[in-house]
Amino acid sequence: MKPFDYVRPATVTEAVAAGAHPGAVYLAAGTNLLDLMKGNISRPDRLVDVTHLEGLDGIERLADGSLRIGALVSNADLAHDAGFARSYPAVAEALLSGASAQLRNAATVGGNLLQRTRCAYFYDTASRCNKRDAGSGCDARDGENRGHAVLGWSENCIATHPSDFCVPLVALDAIVEIEGSNGRREIALEALHRLPGDAPERESALEPGDLIVAVRLPPVASGFAAHARYLKVRERTSYAFAMVSAAAALRIESGKIAEARLALGGVAAKPWRARAAEDVLKGVAPTADAFQEAAWRALTDAKPSGDNAFKIELARRIVVRALTLATAVTPARLPALPASPFASTSGAIHA
Amino acid sequence: MPELNLTSAPAHLRHGSNIGQPLTRRDGVLKVTGQATYAADNHPPGMLFAVMAVAGISRGRVVSLDVAAAKRHRGVVDVMTPDHKPELAIDPEIKTNPFVFRMEVLQSHEVRYANQPIAVVIAETLEAATEGAALLAPRYETLPALVGLDAGESFVPPVVGVGNPSEHHHGDVDAGLASAEKQIDAIYETPPQYHNAMEPHAIVAAWDGDRLQIDMPTQGLRLSLARIAELFGIAHDKIHIRSPFLGGGFGSKGFLAGPQTLGIMAAKLVGKPVKLVLRREQMYGPVGHRAPTRQRLRIGADGEGRLTALDHHARTVSSTFDDFYEPAADASHTLYAAPAIRTSHDAVRVNTGTPLFMRAPGEATGSIALESAIDEMAWACGMDPLAFRLKNYAEREPISGKPFSSKALRACYEQGAARFGWAKRSLQPRQMRDDAGLLVGWGMGTATFPALMFQAEARAVLRRDGSGAMEIGAHDMGQGAWTALAQIAADELGLDIDRVAFNAGSSDLPDAGIAGGSAHTATAGAAIHSAGAAVIAKLADLATGDDRSPLFGAGNAGVIARAGRLIRRDDESRSESYPEILARAGVTEVEARGTGAPNPAAMEEYAMHAHGAVFAEVKVDPELGQVRVSRMVGAFAAGRIVNPRMVQSQLFGGMIWGLSFALHEEAVTDRRSGRIMNANLGEYHVPVNADVPPLDVITVEEHDPHVNALGIKGVGEIGITGSAGAVANAVWHATGVRVRRFPIKIEELLTQR
Repeated sequence: MKPFDYVRPATVTEAVAAGAHPGAVYLAAGTNLLDLMKGNISRPDRLVDVTHLEGLDGIERLADGSLRIGALVSNADLAHDAGFARSYPAVAEALLSGASAQLRNAATVGGNLLQRTRCAYFYDTASRCNKRDAGSGCDARDGENRGHAVLGWSENCIATHPSDFCVPLVALDAIVEIEGSNGRREIALEALHRLPGDAPERESALEPGDLIVAVRLPPVASGFAAHARYLKVRERTSYAFAMVSAAAALRIESGKIAEARLALGGVAAKPWRARAAEDVLKGVAPTADAFQEAAWRALTDAKPSGDNAFKIELARRIVVRALTLATAVTPARLPALPASPFASTSGAIHA
Repeated sequence: MPELNLTSAPAHLRHGSNIGQPLTRRDGVLKVTGQATYAADNHPPGMLFAVMAVAGISRGRVVSLDVAAAKRHRGVVDVMTPDHKPELAIDPEIKTNPFVFRMEVLQSHEVRYANQPIAVVIAETLEAATEGAALLAPRYETLPALVGLDAGESFVPPVVGVGNPSEHHHGDVDAGLASAEKQIDAIYETPPQYHNAMEPHAIVAAWDGDRLQIDMPTQGLRLSLARIAELFGIAHDKIHIRSPFLGGGFGSKGFLAGPQTLGIMAAKLVGKPVKLVLRREQMYGPVGHRAPTRQRLRIGADGEGRLTALDHHARTVSSTFDDFYEPAADASHTLYAAPAIRTSHDAVRVNTGTPLFMRAPGEATGSIALESAIDEMAWACGMDPLAFRLKNYAEREPISGKPFSSKALRACYEQGAARFGWAKRSLQPRQMRDDAGLLVGWGMGTATFPALMFQAEARAVLRRDGSGAMEIGAHDMGQGAWTALAQIAADELGLDIDRVAFNAGSSDLPDAGIAGGSAHTATAGAAIHSAGAAVIAKLADLATGDDRSPLFGAGNAGVIARAGRLIRRDDESRSESYPEILARAGVTEVEARGTGAPNPAAMEEYAMHAHGAVFAEVKVDPELGQVRVSRMVGAFAAGRIVNPRMVQSQLFGGMIWGLSFALHEEAVTDRRSGRIMNANLGEYHVPVNADVPPLDVITVEEHDPHVNALGIKGVGEIGITGSAGAVANAVWHATGVRVRRFPIKIEELLTQR
């Protein structure tokens, strides 16, 4: 392993100062970063350990009804917070469908947002990757790419963002609070991740030293609690990234959809908000036809980036199913197999 | 390594220790408390760490390595390269026997496959060695890689598997197909797969002058020892290998491979003990794998559903520099009573590490294709798949015409089907749904694996204090040898298991043969049986020849050894304890050796196989295509069951592996570079707990007087066969979609709504 400096700042201000150095990266749980370092994909000069910073591990309800989640809250603690799961069931379901129990115990909210793609060519240092090594080329484009992006990709990069957590968050208009060299600012989560375009090495809107300190869900986000689900199709029942996933959240009033939220995962370099689909659902009854229409709208711009045309059809079907599941009342308890098509299967005892 | 502290449940909690008792594993407490010493847990004083640098290309040559940069890195002691290495006593390219496979140990700059070792960095810490390897920054002259089943001109290999003819004919296949009323002609593909034992390959090597001490997980202690002796030009008795525990082997630890050899070379180069442990991704290259196959099956049947012909051809790959050919088509030799059978193989060479034995080599790949094809044929005949199999039940081995030494397959079918509830299956596919609307499908497959035997020796001792010892260099790969073989030893010595010091896992013990081919319990067990009988005979001689013994004169009638006493066979009131006999004879102990080996006469006369029937239920989301196995029942007849608990675990493991074969496992190979793109346990999918349904194993009683003295057939591999096909057939039954390319993927099942 490449030798690196390890610093453990006492305050957020110190952290930002330390993190702004060229070659510095923040270390939270390290569930992704340490693997990247062991594989020589990431070779930082300095790790700025933020896990001991105070005040970043709380979940608090603000006066305006929004919810503020500290960046160091673990994925497991957040998902198992009863109040959180009640108010934002799709987010809890997404969290519990990710990784393994051990990883969820360690992984943090902020780290989850900033996890890197799982594109095999990004991880394989013998392959060319514009994200890892800007301008070197993309070996995924003509390679083994059945899992790659069908939306928002470019000739320079067809990688996807792997997070489950981000998918319902982006549907619910989550806001990211950032502490940077010029003080605090906030941006919509939807604006955090960048599409690859001609600079896939730039993955987010963060500047050097920027530290995510919290994620905020706006007051209206809990209004979807009665009809919110996350659905994830993957190649084994647990511990696999999404082939395609969707978060669907509805406000149903008098038998009609007052407001719909829809986002897709595993299809693009960012969690993909499907606003066009949301628009066609507004004010209509939650019917199969309406959901089919929404699914077509959601994938209008999709195109295969390789051997993955099936993901477009799969995504349409997942959208329909997620909306159907959301229309039914959110289950009182999270299923034993969260977000799985087999969630309703009795007898399953594994989360 | 401290003395092993094996334990077993107290005698009052178990029904003796004999063969047939479900003892818990005696190394279990050591393992769950972290006290079991695996190879990489050894740290001799002064030990250095070695890390391999591996090739990023799969064909070409290394033109430069920045050795200076690596050596400048703090903690790096030396860098071993083709230009700086200890010489070997013989060229490792020379195949001194059929079980020697070529290895890459820095003999040239040529690159023959991705992840081939190209240098070894030796350092004071693992971190320094790892970074040193990264700093080598190899540059290559790259040639176009040969990748996949169509990489080049195919050829017919001289032999497949372990010396099997590459073609077999029995009867007139063309006439059989021509006369058939129903025919199928289908092509199945299976991907490359990697063993992925939980414990990576590891070695700790320490030279002391010309003596060599090695800690290394191996499935073949003496075979490895002989190979090391020949590579390094030292006498066998100068080498000691310890391998008390393996974290899985599955065939990948059967033969000494390049990385272990590099560890020994590195220790020689620096003159200090060296530890070399493979990283997970480095296991995808130099230590073997299961080759991909493309299999064509043509099957004919008459109007009654009786097979008229079975033609099974398998295409596979080997490396560009050595020969191992997955004998997939041979799976069609033994199961179904076709009057005409033809099996054949061809192969292409690709840039890969040489494919080798992987749990059920040939049987697993062949089984999923054959069982799928039989299922398709049953459907073509409009018959229930079980009825079709029973219609074509082989009373004699079809390919050879030999009678079976024993074959309780009919009972497996019956008991498995009854437990599963097979009779309620709809003939038509896509008929069954569960309450949630998921498609439900039921499939089955027949399991079979040859009952093999190798050669082994054991040494038995009876001591005046009433204890005994059994010594054999056997291998516990996790399958339970520490327990099952000790049970056999206790039986043969007529002692409680806790009175027997059972020693295994070390090369200075008698040769137990290789732990492979599902033959270890049978082979080592036979040696233990004969050593035990021999030492009891010596003891009996002391007693029956001594007129002061109550057993005097029992020579012709014989004695039985039981509970530490010799008992006259025809008069159980006359007996004497071992200590009494030894004390009177004035000896502290008696010892004897015994061997186990296959019986060529019996093999000539009988076909010897274990059998089974596996039934699987899957659920498939009708729109989304995701598959989950919800239930599996396997009924297996494998001769005598030494330890039902261990056997059940072995069969569970095999069935899970079969599920994995059908639905999950695949080494994704870049079509251009030949690199494995998912060389890690996150992306190379094997089933996780949530994928594994309740499993039900039935062991069907079977007595086989011919396979070996103990009647053991082996259970290590058979569980995969049948299971993979059963799951695949269940997916068809659920969906009506016949997927012939494994593993079955979501996109294949999106074709229908």
